[in-house]
Amino acid sequence: MIENIYQPTVMRIAASRDEAPDVRTLRLEFAHDQTRRDFFAAYRVGQFGIYGVPGAGESVFCVASPPTRQEYIECTFRRVGRVTSALADREVGQTITFRGPYGTHFPIDSWRGRNLLFIAGGIALPPLRSVIWNILDRRSEFGRVAIVYGARTVADLVYKHELADWASRGDVQLVTTVDPGGQTPDWTGRIGFVPTVLKEAAPSSDNCVALVCGPPVMIKFSLPVLTELGFTPDNIYTTLENRMKCGVGKCGRCNVGSLYVCKDGPVFTVRQVMAMPQADL
Amino acid sequence: MKVLEANKIGELAAALSAAGWRVLLPIEDGKVVRLAPWSPGAAVRTDVVPVNSIKDALFPPSEVIGRFGLDGGDFTVQEAPVDTAKTAALCVRPCDAASVSLLDTIFNWDFPDAFYNARRSAVTIVSLVCASADEQCFCTSVGGRPDGTAGADAVLRPAEAGAKLILEPLTDKGRALADAAGALLSEATVTADEPAEVPQKFDRPAVTKWLAANFNSPLWQKWSLACLGCGACAFTCPTCHCFDIQDETTRSQCVRYRNWDTCALALFTQHAGGHNPRIDQAARRRQRLMHKLSYIPERFGLVGCSGCGRCQRVCPAGLGIVEICQAIEDIQKVPAR
Repeated sequence: MIENIYQPTVMRIAASRDEAPDVRTLRLEFAHDQTRRDFFAAYRVGQFGIYGVPGAGESVFCVASPPTRQEYIECTFRRVGRVTSALADREVGQTITFRGPYGTHFPIDSWRGRNLLFIAGGIALPPLRSVIWNILDRRSEFGRVAIVYGARTVADLVYKHELADWASRGDVQLVTTVDPGGQTPDWTGRIGFVPTVLKEAAPSSDNCVALVCGPPVMIKFSLPVLTELGFTPDNIYTTLENRMKCGVGKCGRCNVGSLYVCKDGPVFTVRQVMAMPQADL
Repeated sequence: MKVLEANKIGELAAALSAAGWRVLLPIEDGKVVRLAPWSPGAAVRTDVVPVNSIKDALFPPSEVIGRFGLDGGDFTVQEAPVDTAKTAALCVRPCDAASVSLLDTIFNWDFPDAFYNARRSAVTIVSLVCASADEQCFCTSVGGRPDGTAGADAVLRPAEAGAKLILEPLTDKGRALADAAGALLSEATVTADEPAEVPQKFDRPAVTKWLAANFNSPLWQKWSLACLGCGACAFTCPTCHCFDIQDETTRSQCVRYRNWDTCALALFTQHAGGHNPRIDQAARRRQRLMHKLSYIPERFGLVGCSGCGRCQRVCPAGLGIVEICQAIEDIQKVPAR
């Protein structure tokens, strides 16, 4: 039998949760235990998968659950095109296809003993959520954990039940914010754009690694704030979301400069990102 | 040396065909010459560069890479077979044979592609030294030669003003093909003809160096104004390897195809959410040139162009790689003020 690198495995939808308008999380269980074990032997936090429905096609999302939870994987996506609509239309008990894990990971083992700052905007929390849970599941190995998370409106915040967990557990400093006008009468978080709120929160860069993921405009205005706080481009990580098809360095779609985001990424330091041809991002 | 009468190419094809090979030859097809499966009576033409390259036989325009059985809302994953038909590609242009090393690299770094590799290991490439070249040929500018043997399992060298062909096996596959040719080959001593002359048109390393420093040059706008974004350059290119993946379904079956795609097309990098990093044709044309002559040399130590000239022959706007490379060379000759 040949090994077909494009042949996906089958995953059963164990649970489905609506996070925000048009944003859904699927909890997926492996159809075969050996496939599950093979996956978790390879999976490191930050890697991505390719999820699909035969007939609709395949789409690329991060694996939003950490390698410390080995019964299932989760993905969170917005219903925006043909594939994501087909995925969102699948019900609990039905199956989808999966390939992965692919790409590079966040080097969290080299961050032991260090403080961590997560900065996310809107639908970009899922790729950092897997890291956050990975760190919290190994809490004693790391220093302070701070999270700055914002969305356009209160409704657009994802993982709302987990935000409440993080806020109340006592070992995480969580700052949530919504854009001006996006608040509800009972909103108790901040009101303002992520870069502004980040500046006000002014987390220390001492012995700290920052992870930033969000819309380009959020990243653009957050980086100068981080620089002011003393973070260097080597200490700021992000994960890129280029369009991909194959995920294995063949189809050419995610090529930026001499790099392939599917193989050289998706995880990069800001220094690496700054060296890329910016107009192609 | 082993010598074949040049007018016996058809007989060689027939002999190989009878021995179970699928034989590809440049064959007249309407107004064009195409590298295509040979059948008795086919008109073999080696005097022009065929419109397609050996790439089509290794990485076809469309191929099945997945199958699923469908049953209502359920599906089952099925095997997608690979193509292992023993194939002899004859009279392949040396530039095309040389271009295969890039495909070999792309389809095998980290993740070996079984579909490509099955075809690749089943094909024997017999190149034909170019007796003629046209004004679009520029293999010598990108490291090739009209009598180059890179990528070939055997080479045919014209002799006695093209009346004879010397068959020179280079690999075990080439020797096996020579054995299969049997009595069609005679032992004789003849002198090979001079290959075609292909003048060098630009200094490729200098172009690569300029490209690495000039992603943001305003010249990309100028150089792409005439580009229609049709993708013909990529679809005739022996090294362009980008592809799309699409599903086609009936009630009971889903077939997953990979189809050639190209960075020349606007949809190539279009995100479902609306963002498109390569928003205009200048960005897309730049990507194609950069990938071939800057990124691939940097990443793989190869050149993503074999100088076959097809992109220039087919471009409906008359654009070409050579004119850009020459313009780049000219810029560098202007003394800095």
